[in-house]
Amino acid sequence: MDTLLQQLINGIVQGSIYALVALGYTMVYGIMGLINFAHGEVVMIGAMVAISALGALMALGLPMGLAAPLALAAAMLVCMGLGAGLERIAYRPLRNAPRLTPLITAIGMSIILQNLAMMIWSRNYLTFPSLIEKVSFEVAGAHFSNVQALIVVLAGLSMAGLLLLVYRTRLGMAMRATSQNLAVARLMGVDVDRVIAAAFIIGSAMGALAGFMVGAYYEIAHYQMGFMLGLKAFTAAVLGGIGNLAGAMLGGLLLGIIEALGAGYIGDLTGGFLGSHYQDIFAFVVLIGVLMFRPSGLLGEKTGERA
Amino acid sequence: MSEVLLEAREVSKRFGGVKALTGVSLTIRRGEIYGLIGPNGAGKTTFFNCLTGLYVPDGGGFVFDGQPLQADAPQKAAVRGIARTFQNIRLFPEMTALENVMVGRHVRTCAGVLGAMLRTRATQLEEARIRRRAEELLYYVGIADRAGDLARNLSYGDQRRLEIARALATEPRLLCLDEPAAGMNGAETEALKGLIDGIRQDGITVLLIEHDMKLVMGLCDRLAVLDYGQKICEDVPAVVQKDKRVIEAYLGEVPEDA
Repeated sequence: MDTLLQQLINGIVQGSIYALVALGYTMVYGIMGLINFAHGEVVMIGAMVAISALGALMALGLPMGLAAPLALAAAMLVCMGLGAGLERIAYRPLRNAPRLTPLITAIGMSIILQNLAMMIWSRNYLTFPSLIEKVSFEVAGAHFSNVQALIVVLAGLSMAGLLLLVYRTRLGMAMRATSQNLAVARLMGVDVDRVIAAAFIIGSAMGALAGFMVGAYYEIAHYQMGFMLGLKAFTAAVLGGIGNLAGAMLGGLLLGIIEALGAGYIGDLTGGFLGSHYQDIFAFVVLIGVLMFRPSGLLGEKTGERA
Repeated sequence: MSEVLLEAREVSKRFGGVKALTGVSLTIRRGEIYGLIGPNGAGKTTFFNCLTGLYVPDGGGFVFDGQPLQADAPQKAAVRGIARTFQNIRLFPEMTALENVMVGRHVRTCAGVLGAMLRTRATQLEEARIRRRAEELLYYVGIADRAGDLARNLSYGDQRRLEIARALATEPRLLCLDEPAAGMNGAETEALKGLIDGIRQDGITVLLIEHDMKLVMGLCDRLAVLDYGQKICEDVPAVVQKDKRVIEAYLGEVPEDA
């Protein structure tokens, strides 16, 4: 019983992070039908910038209570710029190209960003400084820390903020209109270029937050960390129904929980033949399952016609 | 101010070997309801698409309100004051009726991204104005009670009205309606007629593509007939109805002794 509760808690924490990253995939896909495979690298660069900023700020003697939010802000700003740059340089010129072209470009951008990060931050594992004194709580035999709680709360708040933006503001209205019919939105005077740039920028900011969280949670970062994280978040987005915001959140949480439960029980189920380090297979079993049985995802609708 | 609002000059458009439009010229005067008719495939919608910037014409162009229309981008036509509806309804299906109309206000408003995020006082005021105007327009086309419904849940006739409301939200001087009565029953068509007439009386020039001849002949001040991408006639309804080439285009060749 305590394994179940413990793994549920772990899964929700990991799942909140997946959800944040998945939103970046799903927003861009919803608006322009592109899977931005470089998004995982944006997350990684968020973590890397945060480490550098933390190092610099702490060297200046700033207290952690001040340095951590500043480092997060720096990571988000850099990633927002990166997202906007990717859109402008790599994807906008291909707006009218066949669909495969921007997809391959995305993979290319992912490789370029990984290698840039390797050149800047080396190929070593970097230690992410611990931000707050870890305090552990125990509920019904399961443990959770204040770091975990903070991750879930912050992720929840930023997702609520995103929903407010999308459903309560003019920019959000323009984003929804563009995703439902780009040509007609343009005809109504919506600045589609700006809407698409906004989707990249907002997604990248949330990606930076996720990168910061991953770093703070595992206290480690690496230039390749974005690859697997990105793939899993993409899986989460597909699971929830790609293009659907609520779907990305649901898919992220579900995937985190499935993975955690899988990792918790795989040893028992296989008589010790497979250990918890096989947890990565669950994400991809889920992906294959979704693609076979429900390609539109849990909350996705059948793909409508595009103008 | 000249009495001509829109002048099409030798507009041509081809798709591969198909000549969709061949040198179509026509003149629309301010405040009139101008009909554009012709058999299926005559090029009427292609003409609309060229006018509203969805297609770039291969030859010729448009002069709108005395200035050439740079028809290379849809929002430019909208900013100049040309709005349209679609033959196959193209609403934002997952948005409410009110939101659909509010999107149309984008042409005439300009709150920045930053303002939208920070919810400045100016942004909030502008949003309130947009909402009020959108509500007025829904009332104007007669679907105020459906404001909160998703566009895809509206009846067919109401969807057509919503498209008109959305187009009006851009404050057009020329409203282009592409078969607004298609699929409507008699009562709906009659109501639509009143609506279009009201729009004209509010000072908006209307360009109307329509197959319902009773509606066209009863509503239009003048009309042009397209056949195989060419204008074969342009005149008041009474003359067009008797034009030999028009009758041929619709009914096939009429024998001499008929």
